[in-house]
Amino acid sequence: MKIVMAVIKPFKLEEVRDALTALGVHGLTVTEVKGYGRQKGHTEIYRGAEYAVSFLPKLKIEVAVASELVPQVIDAITAAARTGQIGDGKIFVTSLEKAVRIRTGETDIDAL
Amino acid sequence: MKFRHLLMPALGALGLSLAFIEPTLAQDAAAPTVNKGDTSWMLVSTILVILMTIPGLALFYGGLVRTKNMLSVLMQVFAVFSLVAILWVFYGYSLAFTSGGEGVGAFIGGFSKAFLAGVTTDSTADTFTKGVAIPEFTFIAFQLTFAAITPALIVGAFAERIKFSAVMVFTGLWLTFVYLPIAHMVWFSEGYLFGLGALDFAGGTVVHINSGVAGLVGALMIGKRIGYGRDLLAPHSLTLTFVGACLLWVGWFGFNAGSNLEATGGAALALINTILAPAAAGLAWMTVEALGKGKASLLGIASGAVAGLVAITPAAGLAGPMGSIVLGLVAGAVCYVAVTGVKNALGYDDALDVFGIHGVGGIIGAIGTGIVAAPSLCGYGVGEYSISGQLVTQVIAVVVTLAWTGIGSVVLYKITDLIVGLRVTQDQEREGLDLADHGERAYNY
Repeated sequence: MKIVMAVIKPFKLEEVRDALTALGVHGLTVTEVKGYGRQKGHTEIYRGAEYAVSFLPKLKIEVAVASELVPQVIDAITAAARTGQIGDGKIFVTSLEKAVRIRTGETDIDAL
Repeated sequence: MKFRHLLMPALGALGLSLAFIEPTLAQDAAAPTVNKGDTSWMLVSTILVILMTIPGLALFYGGLVRTKNMLSVLMQVFAVFSLVAILWVFYGYSLAFTSGGEGVGAFIGGFSKAFLAGVTTDSTADTFTKGVAIPEFTFIAFQLTFAAITPALIVGAFAERIKFSAVMVFTGLWLTFVYLPIAHMVWFSEGYLFGLGALDFAGGTVVHINSGVAGLVGALMIGKRIGYGRDLLAPHSLTLTFVGACLLWVGWFGFNAGSNLEATGGAALALINTILAPAAAGLAWMTVEALGKGKASLLGIASGAVAGLVAITPAAGLAGPMGSIVLGLVAGAVCYVAVTGVKNALGYDDALDVFGIHGVGGIIGAIGTGIVAAPSLCGYGVGEYSISGQLVTQVIAVVVTLAWTGIGSVVLYKITDLIVGLRVTQDQEREGLDLADHGERAYNY
């Protein structure tokens, strides 16, 4: 099992969700995050006081899937979240040792 | 307005129109008439000025600070209002609006009406029209709201780092030793500036220059906020600041049109000027900002409107509508430069721009009143009006106010520092005054 974590532009969430659902992925965790990469921030001015805001709002999605599904999940997220502009985000994949569904006690693949 | 011609010789006030006259007991005058329309208007105006302070000013300021200091600002404005209300009836009204006797009387009143001694529902206060009065309780309450909003305005200068106890101690001292003498000098018939013929319709010197300079002194003596010029000190809710600015504008109709003391054409003139000057000032600030920085901001137009309200205050019942537009345009543009350029160049941390808007706008208004009140410019100044002569008087009034509040505030901040200390600790400042001083948070999501 793997965890696919992606940082995406906030307005791309629905498209990413639809793409993952089409693959049979039935669970997703979303967190509002801020960060910076190659995308530049913006300037805010309040009564002449200028502030450079370099941390931009993004959404972090995390999805746990069977290892063999990972390439398709990556393709789906990439296709759905891409605008072609700087700031589209990144995808990270890490190993997942164990999963448990709290309600039933099912484990691993059965719990996903 | 022609009635002022009749009134002024009786007051011995050099034939110049003045904003306020002292209340006298009914039996002193030849049975003044109390008009129910006037009384109603003054009661409404009093309530409007309260609306302007709590919640108007509190929200305007509250939105401009960071989340962690929201409650501290709301609390300071509310507590200052409450404290001044009590002190006003204890001795404030008496020291401002009774005779102080020979000599000191030019600067401060006496204690003859302390605890409102002798004031009953039958007591009256004169208006601008000979023989027409309003109930003295109405006048006391109306003036109470002016005394209360003035120290509340200062709160914006040292916001986000002052101790709550220091705000309370300073307010008590400042009301007593700065506000009351200035109010007496400007608005009471034996007062020094009243005698000179200085024009101040609704309190440009007493309220705005007074609080603006006290704010500047406070910002300098208390020092900058931690992170000033380095960290993001952005307003936490411009939505609430917008709500506050709108409440300020609406409440200001009570402040300015109420200062006419009667429901007459003079009140209507002050009301229309209080629409036009801030409208012009907001547009001026917005335009200069858009040309300079490329974008027109909501905070900009709202700040400009407040600067316009400040500037028209001394001229509200004296300028013509076109004159008030010009005054507003000048105030909006100049206050923009003061707030965005001068403050940053000099490096003092007047957190919410009390000096940049109330001090600078107040000075523009006080001096500008000498020009826009001229009958030759469609103003409503009276007597043998000379613009240059009036300007000299206006400048004297500004300088006297600047000196009194400047020096007085330095001393009173120092005394406050010795009694309770002015500033919270660094840890408390980082944590935020809401938790440090009040033990609660504005928002629990």
